[in-house]
Amino acid sequence: MLAPRYDLPDALGHFGPYGGVFVAETLIPALEELNEAYALAQRDPLFIAEFEYDLKHYVGRPSPIYHARRWSDLLGGAQIYLKREDLNHTGAHKINNCIGQAMLARRMGKPRVIAETGAGQHGVATATVAARYGMECVVYMGSEDIKRQAANVYRMKLLGASVVPVESGSRTLKDALNEAMRDWVTNVSNTFYIIGTVAGPHPYPMMVRDFQAVIGKESIVQMQDQCERQPDAVIACVGGGSNAMGIFHPYIPLAGVRLIGVEAAGEGIETGHHAASLTAGRPGVLHGNRTYLLQDENGQIIETHSVSAGLDYPGVGPEHAWLKDSGRAEYVTITDAEALQAFHSLCRLEGIIPALESSHAIAYAARLAPTLPKDKILLINLSGRGDKDMHTVAEKSGITF
Amino acid sequence: MSKIQATFERLQAQGRKALIPFITAGDPDPALTVPLMHTLVEAGADIIELGVPFSDPMADGPTIQRASERALLKGVSLRQVLGMVANFRADNNETPVVLMGYANPVESMGVNEFAATAFDAGVDGVLVVDYPPEESTEFARAMHANALDPIFLLAPTSTPARIAQVAALASGYVYYVSLKGVTGSAALDVAAVAARIPEIHASTGVPVGVGFGIRDALTAGLVARIADAVVVGSRIIEEIEQSTSDNVCARVHALVAELRRGMDDSVGTSPPVRGAS
Repeated sequence: MLAPRYDLPDALGHFGPYGGVFVAETLIPALEELNEAYALAQRDPLFIAEFEYDLKHYVGRPSPIYHARRWSDLLGGAQIYLKREDLNHTGAHKINNCIGQAMLARRMGKPRVIAETGAGQHGVATATVAARYGMECVVYMGSEDIKRQAANVYRMKLLGASVVPVESGSRTLKDALNEAMRDWVTNVSNTFYIIGTVAGPHPYPMMVRDFQAVIGKESIVQMQDQCERQPDAVIACVGGGSNAMGIFHPYIPLAGVRLIGVEAAGEGIETGHHAASLTAGRPGVLHGNRTYLLQDENGQIIETHSVSAGLDYPGVGPEHAWLKDSGRAEYVTITDAEALQAFHSLCRLEGIIPALESSHAIAYAARLAPTLPKDKILLINLSGRGDKDMHTVAEKSGITF
Repeated sequence: MSKIQATFERLQAQGRKALIPFITAGDPDPALTVPLMHTLVEAGADIIELGVPFSDPMADGPTIQRASERALLKGVSLRQVLGMVANFRADNNETPVVLMGYANPVESMGVNEFAATAFDAGVDGVLVVDYPPEESTEFARAMHANALDPIFLLAPTSTPARIAQVAALASGYVYYVSLKGVTGSAALDVAAVAARIPEIHASTGVPVGVGFGIRDALTAGLVARIADAVVVGSRIIEEIEQSTSDNVCARVHALVAELRRGMDDSVGTSPPVRGAS
């Protein structure tokens, strides 16, 4: 069954009331230049062919879909399938987008790329691609995050990137994004800003979604091959929301497929220590777009909490805001404790160590599966592998290396 | 006629240019903001730009970011900033006040409620940094409905088409950002700025204020020759940062008075430049 044609965003980047271009005039020319370059690239068969070639030979796509049979049996309900983005080069879905944007940077003649990073995954993916394309790479990272993610900081440096500590605001991801924007507006003539998620001013939410949509496009083909039908629900974790948008987008017209985004409830929504923008936030403007935000009564952005650094962001991609309001997608939450429990289950039952971000999607599937009959299918986007989270998980289990 | 427009017309008749200092409301302390505003006027300010602190000031350099952080540590909200303007108005009903800030606090209050409350408080104009004209239709309507001037930014990279977009919405004045980058960035190129101003005048029909990179009486004087208004922000914030609460008004007074002298001397010694209207 096909839903009405879905062709958002509009020409100015709006998804209903969300998205848009909320930046100072000084950034407008940079965004116009990017818009034009992307519009050309996206229609250019050579660009598309090169992107596909790199995804296959450098990233290792298509990533498989795996039937987690043992875990499904134990849960006793719906069958759980995992889209294995954790098997990509650099260990997460982030690289798909970085390759697309770095190719665009090269076309636009920009020899320098910059990025923001929280846990370091997008920073590592950007540094990886920059190394391969011979580009100068500067990664902005909150000084608090640098302390928490020493291994990823070293990985970025090994790959030749400079990591710049950000000391402003809460010294975390959102402040790194502010600082990267400031760098971009100052150095726009030679610099391309590789945003890591489906947020930021237009065209970023659309462009990042398009590069990540390979996840959902592959899934549609693979599910048909393996199960001769599409899943009953697609489940993905949502921080900024790029892995979720990537798998959701090709499924939007398939009205029979539920789309479920899982936000981080941290220590519990009621404690206020969480990162669930769609569930507990309200609309506002941050980082160039209108979307749901975690903010105080005066419109100041508040600090978020999640055991998973990749979900620790006070906003969310504007297309998710639209999918929530329109009812096409549902958004639910999972606490730190539930995510950790799911993390351990997948390790022990399937021999897969998931990222803590992805563990939120897994935990929700574990809650949903037993309520459904055995012939139902849940497809989970396993967006990254958990090697980076060893320290966090060990610490939570009272272990020190 | 708006208070901002009246101010520019009076200055033009006197052959002078507007000095527009910027301070962040609540920095270094909420109790000092109204005294600082009066100090700015006494030292020669014609219009005051009052910054509304925001947690994520994406377009600002480190100096104004720090001012915003200091104010937020003291719990300053948009409603309190409007209260400060109302207090200022108790003793000064002449000097226009322009609020400058980011969209989210305004949207959090609601654009219409904000506009009505700002008018009641005695605000004259509002510049929302992350509202470019394409996202400003509703905002500009709410401003005009409440007799407030929506102020917009223009940049060296703004095309004629964009200047026309701003012209369709702007009143009061437009703020020309003299260089690429964030607030508090390096020196500005006066000749390059001068080359753009006639086009902006012609298209918008409102006065042009120039800011970013103006740090002393000399540059203020040079910009005063080519623009209708000189906007100084980061340099004043630095002075506030280096002061104590006892001497902050005196030090800011000395700095602003020096900028004023630089402008008046410079404009006085050169042939008058075409004004706004």
